[in-house]
Amino acid sequence: MIRFDGVTKRYPDGTVAVDDLTLEIPSGQITVFVGPSGCGKTTSLRMINRMIEPTAGTISIDGEDIRKKDASDLRRGIGYVIQHAGLFPHRTIIDNIATVPYLLGWDKKKARATALELMERVGLDTKMAKRYPFQLSGGQQQRVGVARALAADPPVMLMDEPFSAVDPIVRNSLQDEFLRLQSEVRKTIAFVTHDIDEAVKLGHRIAVFQVGGVLAQHATPDELLTNPAEGFVTEFLGGEKGLKRLRFNRELDATEEPAQPEIEDDVEAAER
Amino acid sequence: MSVLAADGEPLIRWNWIGDHSDELTTLTLHHLKLALLPILFGLIVAIPLGIMCVRWRWLYPPTLGVANVFYGIPSLALFMLFIPYFGIGSGGQADFTIILPLTLFSLSVLVPNVVDGLRSVPEPVRQAATAMGFGTLRRLVQVELPIAVPVIIAGARVAAVASISLVSVGVLIGNGGLGQLFIDGYSRDFTTPIIVSCVLIIVLALFSDGVLVTAQRLLTPWARTRRSNG
Repeated sequence: MIRFDGVTKRYPDGTVAVDDLTLEIPSGQITVFVGPSGCGKTTSLRMINRMIEPTAGTISIDGEDIRKKDASDLRRGIGYVIQHAGLFPHRTIIDNIATVPYLLGWDKKKARATALELMERVGLDTKMAKRYPFQLSGGQQQRVGVARALAADPPVMLMDEPFSAVDPIVRNSLQDEFLRLQSEVRKTIAFVTHDIDEAVKLGHRIAVFQVGGVLAQHATPDELLTNPAEGFVTEFLGGEKGLKRLRFNRELDATEEPAQPEIEDDVEAAER
Repeated sequence: MSVLAADGEPLIRWNWIGDHSDELTTLTLHHLKLALLPILFGLIVAIPLGIMCVRWRWLYPPTLGVANVFYGIPSLALFMLFIPYFGIGSGGQADFTIILPLTLFSLSVLVPNVVDGLRSVPEPVRQAATAMGFGTLRRLVQVELPIAVPVIIAGARVAAVASISLVSVGVLIGNGGLGQLFIDGYSRDFTTPIIVSCVLIIVLALFSDGVLVTAQRLLTPWARTRRSNG
């Protein structure tokens, strides 16, 4: 579980990016941070792996304050996926995926075997192992990005608009496969998007942020759609019309595909 | 060969080339040494300097300014500046009278290329590296510098060709590699050595450029198609 406790980020010029955020991200589930640009969702995400340090408050992972660990050590235990994948152009696909295992000093053979396994897992042909990122399509690169984040099997993953740079059809299939994969690996995921449809589709829980870094509502998708907070949240969801559409889509999703795996609270205990 | 100069002397005496092949080889190799060691030394200086200029932005304008001032000094003047320290003539310590000024010249091309190369690393790549747990030094060595290699080599190519042509000026202080043949030919009103040295210098430039291009292809197979795609 990741816990934000009274976290504030204020920049030297006085801008408040995140304002007194208190929030829990349950283990083994996807928590989506959604909101318009400038709402502090990405800043909040980047504070979890200390890419940005908060001005006030504490963040803890499984009860341990993240400041207690060396930043690089902390980051090697947290998967990270970003919008344009951010793959290393000078490394082959297999070596991109094996990045964190290499950093952790794994044996090269083991690291590569793991990387190959992950390629299959995220739906990439292992024939691509020796290619370079520029030889792959945007969607394929994004899969490599996900595989790279999973390589050292970190319990926590941070995903910053990972699917927003690809076209809608590819995005849809990436989202579906991501849900399937998550049902197997059950990572604790913080997922940032500006797309409310994506939030409703992927999130077990949704945190709606409002400009100025204020958490407007934190709820399950169903709660959010049946009982949105007045004002900003309702407006962000597109008013009555938008809500109708989102509820309709959600019902469609529920009938078309198996529902998202329900995660019991004791999953973590069971895994240990 | 039937091309004749005005006085009936042929423009090129082919047998002269055969007769002097040993001397030509020595001069060519020496020319190469005088021209390319400065590029090597230049890289050794420019890479750390460029890294510092990227890390501390304020350092870049004055550094570039100084490098450009060196480049603005006529090469002969700069050579003469070093004569008191390394002497005059060819070979041994005196070679540094040529090599060090050319090293300084190369910096005005190499430093900006190192800086541009490091700045060409896409921001998402830098961020991803940090987020995966690369420390600053490891990120520099394993991610940023390798990605900067194509731009750095592009700079080395320009610097190498300029250096190869500038070495000839050194003949005025008695150490100009193939430029020596210039003076020989000119003083004896004999065109063959002049033409031969010109051709050899051009061949050297093309050859060095080819070696660097090949090195770049081998070192950075990942950059090949990406560049042509834009």
